[in-house]
Amino acid sequence: MTARIQVPRETKLGELVEIRIVIQHPMETGYRHDDVGHPIKRNVINALSCRYNGEEIFRADLSSGIAANPYLQFYTVARESGELEFSWIDDEGKEGLERQAVVVKS
Amino acid sequence: MRRGSAAACLLAAALAWSPAPAQERGIALEKLRSGSAFLGADLRALQADDFANPGMLWVERGEKLWSQPAGKNARSCASCHQDAEASMRGVAARYPKVDPASGKLLDLEGRINLCRAERMGAEALRRESEELLALSAYLARQSRGEPIRVEIGGAAQSHFESGRAFYYRRHGQLNLSCAHCHEQNWGKRLYAETITQGHPNAWPAYRMEWQTLGSLERRLRACLSGIRAEMLPYGASQYLDLELFLAWRAQGLPVEAPGVRR
Repeated sequence: MTARIQVPRETKLGELVEIRIVIQHPMETGYRHDDVGHPIKRNVINALSCRYNGEEIFRADLSSGIAANPYLQFYTVARESGELEFSWIDDEGKEGLERQAVVVKS
Repeated sequence: MRRGSAAACLLAAALAWSPAPAQERGIALEKLRSGSAFLGADLRALQADDFANPGMLWVERGEKLWSQPAGKNARSCASCHQDAEASMRGVAARYPKVDPASGKLLDLEGRINLCRAERMGAEALRRESEELLALSAYLARQSRGEPIRVEIGGAAQSHFESGRAFYYRRHGQLNLSCAHCHEQNWGKRLYAETITQGHPNAWPAYRMEWQTLGSLERRLRACLSGIRAEMLPYGASQYLDLELFLAWRAQGLPVEAPGVRR
C-alpha cells in the first residue's frame, strides 16, 4: 500500500498545521460482482488513526461509501517537535504504517 | 537564376521545417480544448493539486521502479537514462513514435517494454499492469506542460493514414465514428456529460469511473464499448495508429499527465 503524506516541513509553536494523506487502496465496496457474477468481498480501510508523539489526535472509521485511494485532510496545533505516526487497517487485516517528522520552532 | 535557386532553397527549407505534410485539422488550432476544459471545477482542482491528484500515487511508484534493476542484465531504466527529470523531459510529448531500429510504431508502454527486452533482458510488463502504468505515468509526468508534437511523415505516414481512417470510419452497432462525437458535437451534452474533443494529452489518467489510473488504450476501449463496437485486444496496432492520429490532432496542447478525468 503506497501512501503519500504532506505535513509542513517546519512550523511555529501554536500554529495550525494542515495534515494530508492519500492511501492507495481499492476500497472495494462489497456491492459489486465480478465478470462471472460472483460477489466481490468487501475490502475497505476501516480504521485510520494519527498519533502525535504517541497521543492520538485524529481517528476515522471508514466504510463502503469512501472512494478508492482515500484522501483525508485534518488539522492539529503544533506543540512540540517530534513525530506523526499514521496507522490504518483494512478488512483483510492488512496494516499500513507511516511516520513523518515534525519540526516546531518556538 | 541565382534568385531562383535561392527561392527554391527557401521553399525547400520551409517544406522541411513545416511540422508535417499539410494536413487539414478537423478542429482549428485556436478552438483546441483539452479535456480538462470540460471538467467541473472540483476535478480540475484535483488534477492541479500535485498532492491530492490520485494519479501521483502511480507516478511515485514509477519513480521507484525507474531505478530498480530488473531482468538478466540487472540494469534499471536509470542505468542508461540516469535522472528522468532531465533525460525524459518532453519525451512523452513526442509519442507514439516509429522506432528506427525495428521500424515499428511504439507508444510509451511499447517503448518501455522494448527497452526491457533489449537492454535489461527482462520480461515485458503486461499492458494495464500496475507496474507499466506506474512507469508510463512517471514518464508522461516528466513532459507536463510540453506541447504535443509528433512525427507523422516518413515511416510514420502509413500509421497516421490508417489511424485517421479508423477515426473517421463508422464503428459498432451505434454506427458512429469518433468524429461524430468529438469533432462535430463537442461541447454538447450526452446524458449528463459534456462531450469533449477527445484529446490524449492527459493520459495515463485517473478516471473517476474506474476509480483507478488507466492508459489511453483503456480509454479507447471504453469508447468502443460505448458505441457497441468490438473492443480490440490490448496492444493491437489499430490503437497505436489511432493514438498517433489523436496526438497529431491534439498537436500544440500541453501534456497534463497524470490527468484526472470523469
